[in-house]
Amino acid sequence: MISDGARADRWTQRRTRKAERLARAARYVRNGRFAASDAVAVLEAILEPRDRVCVEGNNQKQADFLSRSLALVDPSRIHDLHLLISVLGRPEHIDLFERGIAQRVDFSFSGPQSLRLAQLVADEKVQIGAIHTYLELFARYFVDLTPQIALVTADAADGFGNLYTGANTEETPTIVEATAFRDGIVIAQVNEIRDELPRVDIPGSWIDLVVVADRPYAIEPLFTRDPELIDDVQVLMAMLVIRGVYEKHRIKRLNHGIGFDTAAIELLLPTYGESLGLRGEICTHWALNPHPTLIPAIERGWVESVHCFGGELGMERYVAARSDVFFTGSDGSLRSNRAMCQTAGLYANDCFVGSTLQIDRDANSSTATLGRIAGFGGAPNLGNDPHGRRHPSPTWLAMASGDAEIRRGRKVVVQLVQTFRESGVPTFVERLDAVELARSAKLDLPPVMIYGDDVTHVVTEEGIAYLYKAEGVDDRRAALAAIAGVTPVGMLRDSDRTVALRRSGVVAYPEDLGVRRTEASRSLLAARTMRDLVEWSGGLYEPPARFRSW
Amino acid sequence: MIETLEIINEGGTPIARRAHIGVVASGNCELLIEPTSEPRARVLIRTSVRGYEAAWRAVIARFFERHPIAARIEIDDFGATPSVVALRLEQALEAAS
Repeated sequence: MISDGARADRWTQRRTRKAERLARAARYVRNGRFAASDAVAVLEAILEPRDRVCVEGNNQKQADFLSRSLALVDPSRIHDLHLLISVLGRPEHIDLFERGIAQRVDFSFSGPQSLRLAQLVADEKVQIGAIHTYLELFARYFVDLTPQIALVTADAADGFGNLYTGANTEETPTIVEATAFRDGIVIAQVNEIRDELPRVDIPGSWIDLVVVADRPYAIEPLFTRDPELIDDVQVLMAMLVIRGVYEKHRIKRLNHGIGFDTAAIELLLPTYGESLGLRGEICTHWALNPHPTLIPAIERGWVESVHCFGGELGMERYVAARSDVFFTGSDGSLRSNRAMCQTAGLYANDCFVGSTLQIDRDANSSTATLGRIAGFGGAPNLGNDPHGRRHPSPTWLAMASGDAEIRRGRKVVVQLVQTFRESGVPTFVERLDAVELARSAKLDLPPVMIYGDDVTHVVTEEGIAYLYKAEGVDDRRAALAAIAGVTPVGMLRDSDRTVALRRSGVVAYPEDLGVRRTEASRSLLAARTMRDLVEWSGGLYEPPARFRSW
Repeated sequence: MIETLEIINEGGTPIARRAHIGVVASGNCELLIEPTSEPRARVLIRTSVRGYEAAWRAVIARFFERHPIAARIEIDDFGATPSVVALRLEQALEAAS
């Protein structure tokens, strides 16, 4: 029988330690709040060397006041922290390692800091635990990487510490849940305190401390693509995808990766897609950020629902006015959630279309380039075939191969790339830079974004390789070479074999799909400028200043 | 400094009519295709980007492998990728057929 206090304590030490940490900061705290000017002192009081600290660095919003404060703590007191962060995207995230405050990192994406991160590795100032896809990193927060401290951000808090995250909920609830229910400490920076919140996104009992930041949290309009910059080659590729993938496989539930290639598809739905009579037949349900380039398709009645990973600056009013399409709260504004949307993309989507920087002859793809450690984000999750899926759909079933009694369907995973990138750099390469990067950055494995065996289709301006139909490695490689243009991989093309592959439908060129190259022109885009997008939205879309020329 | 490159492909069937494709813009190219009385295709490329002769030759060889035509083709290049050049060639031929 466990009755004495000493023995009971043995099993509640985490709670005890949490109380001790909070007690150390008590003199700075009133009603669960502390002043921005005390932020560094509060962090120094609560943190201990070697803590696992989750700093909310989302794809879009960043807890930048707290990360800037963390970078100012005294490294002689607080050091060797283990940083957990989705997007290692801000300069001060790197400063943490340069100052010796943090020593180890587990993350997903480092885009803007990829160069400095590679330098830190070379200087042996950081140990990379692993580079994850988002959902995988969140999963580890609930298993072996549970944070002791979480530094998160929200639009507003009320007097009870309830949080309102507005359009950019992103991953705040996930981080908070993992931390709060394991006796960790959750500190939230907010833009403002309100008497009454428009809605409660995270209950106050999950939050320990609130601070009003010195300025609104940092956020980037990452998913805005100016239609002005879409070229004719991208229009041709979009036509190929619509005909040769979406129409062919009747793809209704999907995600589009970031970029101009997929933006072109979105802008072709109400024009080219409409001319093919595909409205309602394809692209009805999305796991997608609120892409401005989806506005024309939404306005023309193509889209039934969109669940979002995060918000997009300027899209707030439009989304709120289209609540039949987007997931919105009782206050009317967007409710996004990265973990839920990644789960949706994993299990409920039939198709992922993304771009990449390099593809090898086995269709492995990577965005890693020498001297940069950029990470993955969500693509490996959205662009993989989940073997745990059990529910069928016409698309999923169409990907099944063979006629055995026991077989499974498959997600359509499309890599959409031009054979050459700007300034004539080939996309198709004999060996991914990721291989050399793994060696120089001492990674256990080359950072492959999407493994070739998950890729069902590769689409270039030359045509489509239906890799899922290819029999054996040789056929796969031949199919890929047939659409790889004059890149090193494409030069391996065998003309006779290509004829056979076209006949068996493993390779299709534009003429095989009834796509006329002369039609591939920007005039097919439903919107050709940012202004067109604003007009489509009836003035509801408000692009950030940098996207406005008027 | 403008570099000029001429590529000749022997034989081929004559095209029907003249066509003009493309735009004068960075990363793009302008292409003129015309019927010729010669039994060959003659491609004249003017480019400000040096060092891509091998890529040009590969793209053009690919094109004639697919479409053995007799024509006179002039390309003014403004830093187009091989992808853009290949598309413009195909577009020009579609328009000239």
